[in-house]
Amino acid sequence: MDLRYTADEQAFRSELASWLANEVPAHGTSPPSNEWDARRIYDTGWQRKLYDAGYAGINWPKQYGGRDATLIEQLIYFEEIAKANAPYIGVNFVGVLHGGPTIMAEGSEAQKERHIQKILSGEQVWCQGFSEPGAGSDLAGLQTRADRDGDHYVVSGHKIWTSFAQVADYCELLVRTDPEAPKHRGISWLVMPMDLKGIEIRPLPTLEGEGEFSEVFLEEVRIPVENRIGEENDGWRVTNVTLRFERGTAFASDMIHLQAFVLDLIRAAQSITSHEGSAWDDRALRREIGHLSGELESLWAMVKLSVCEARESGVPGVGSSAVKLYYTDIYQRITELGVRLLGRAGLSRSDLGQMPSSLILGRHFNAISLAIAAGTSQIQKNIIGERVLGLPKEPRPTPA
Amino acid sequence: MDFQPTEDQKALREGIRSFCEGEIPNERFPELEKSKGFDRALWGELAEMGVFALRLPEEKGGVGLGYSDAVLVFEELGRRLVPGPLVWTHLAAGLIEGADSGATVVGGIDLFQGESTPIVIEYLDHLDVLLVLRADGIERLDPRTLNALESEIPLDPLTPIHHVESLPRGERIADADSARRMRLAGAAIVSGQQLGLAEGALDLANAYAKGREQFGRPIGGFQAVKHILAEMFVRQEAARGGAYNAGATLDTPEVADTQRAVSSAKLTAGDGAIRNARSCIQVHGGMGFTWEVVAHYYLKRAWVLENSFGTRDEHAEEIAQILEGLAANGDE
Repeated sequence: MDLRYTADEQAFRSELASWLANEVPAHGTSPPSNEWDARRIYDTGWQRKLYDAGYAGINWPKQYGGRDATLIEQLIYFEEIAKANAPYIGVNFVGVLHGGPTIMAEGSEAQKERHIQKILSGEQVWCQGFSEPGAGSDLAGLQTRADRDGDHYVVSGHKIWTSFAQVADYCELLVRTDPEAPKHRGISWLVMPMDLKGIEIRPLPTLEGEGEFSEVFLEEVRIPVENRIGEENDGWRVTNVTLRFERGTAFASDMIHLQAFVLDLIRAAQSITSHEGSAWDDRALRREIGHLSGELESLWAMVKLSVCEARESGVPGVGSSAVKLYYTDIYQRITELGVRLLGRAGLSRSDLGQMPSSLILGRHFNAISLAIAAGTSQIQKNIIGERVLGLPKEPRPTPA
Repeated sequence: MDFQPTEDQKALREGIRSFCEGEIPNERFPELEKSKGFDRALWGELAEMGVFALRLPEEKGGVGLGYSDAVLVFEELGRRLVPGPLVWTHLAAGLIEGADSGATVVGGIDLFQGESTPIVIEYLDHLDVLLVLRADGIERLDPRTLNALESEIPLDPLTPIHHVESLPRGERIADADSARRMRLAGAAIVSGQQLGLAEGALDLANAYAKGREQFGRPIGGFQAVKHILAEMFVRQEAARGGAYNAGATLDTPEVADTQRAVSSAKLTAGDGAIRNARSCIQVHGGMGFTWEVVAHYYLKRAWVLENSFGTRDEHAEEIAQILEGLAANGDE
């Protein structure tokens, strides 16, 4: 058990840190979240800078232009990106973390040629068309139909929770190509250009009133058969290749941000004063923040342990569900503490006086969404119960 | 960085685990209760296994291993609920003659944060030497000179309890810096035991949930039960992260703040031990509330360890103090 970084790892960190120290301030601040065109320019511009400097696709193989960094280097990367307050991956999220890796693993040479390098350099923006109103946790129950018509699929259906649809060039789309087959065996994975006829995008405001989600309505959209990744009706397996990329070091940067947020809370508590002194003088509050911060420290150690295990075994450890659950729990409790600190100042989402309402409420809403996104906490508990602890599965009402 | 236990460490852990499973099966608990949680022969065997001499340098006759190794060893001792003043005797190796070999049984009382009444001492009748850990140094007392009253009903049936009205000052055998280091080491090693308790409680509950049938199938198949077990797994892994981090940070203090690492471990592993023990009882239903099922031993031991080398609240305040400094410096 050695927590010391090697000379190579330290060199990687200091090179990256000094690059970020120059480039992050130079890139300016992120545009308002509802200014989609400006956001695309900002996010893809940053992606381009990462690409030119050799920091894009940190986990991508070298042959596809990636850094092919070790898992420890990836951890360092996410740590430094967070410490430098570098721009969030933003509109590049789906392409770099899902679409690209899937095409690398399952695509043809022509498909790789068409997409891989352009995703990495920020020239292609992707969105995800997986979930449907009737297919959430039970994703394989999706109903969007794709009927073969010569060398095209004719696709009709309704997708939801599609991030960045407004600015995306392509959509990774799951469709049902065989309605007769068992649900996992009738799905195909298509690349849908977003400028095709029959695609309608309706923004779906979140409880924050805005955001990056949309619903996407498809009405007889004609997608070339050559845009299919993998075999027809083999899309569920192809999808699981993608989902595997979603776990692992995914929340490393967010955890570092959360450590910084704890210090923001302490400063906020110090600024709340009454005749008894500041809120930070309250022993119960100090204990609660100290306790949460201690748990966060243990979580970070858990991430390191799980990354080191994954390095040895070659696959993200079974610990990734535990990491997500624990991170979600701590995140919700820390941000709820923030909302309690705000008191009546928290009745306003814009800052009143010195109280950072917008920061704290924004983080709290984000923490609530985390228990739902990328596998709800309940699904994660099923995964741990069944795959890690070996407990019997719930009876499935429909045949798999 | 390679935070995983090395092959040697895994072998060490396995060795201790199979020793504990062989020597201290559940069936032995009634006999250990009668002997008030202590058995000379078992003590000698633990010494033979290197439990006490583990971190003593080889040139002094020890095993010469580090804090992370100690955390792994105590993880296994915790998992099997091994009783006795294990941590104090381990900490006393090199400081008290005969502690490392098991010849001298050393207990202790942690008054690092000052005296508060009642002063409660574990295993007093079995001790040859009592250490008193104070902020200004470590003292040594002859336990037989104390005017102590034994609790008629100790919480943990394997941890006998005495209380004394006041402690005389003993012979000062180490300075304030040694005291501070002993407190950190003690808390880190206890966090290893707490991790072991969290694991033992989960293993027991998991086995029961697979075997116990209601409504025609194993109760572990119901999400209501499965999710309790999943939450126990998360707490176990959090405790592991914390405890291993404490051990590894003490081994290489240049990597991080040792106090922060140890305090984080003690409170996370404390949560894991206490809450997993309670969940273990819940998963067992009515049987979990009986003496016969060993679930209650985990809960009771968890509270003994919670009150060893700083409670969760005390460690949370230590962390708050560190964070206050960081907030002032604009760090993180």
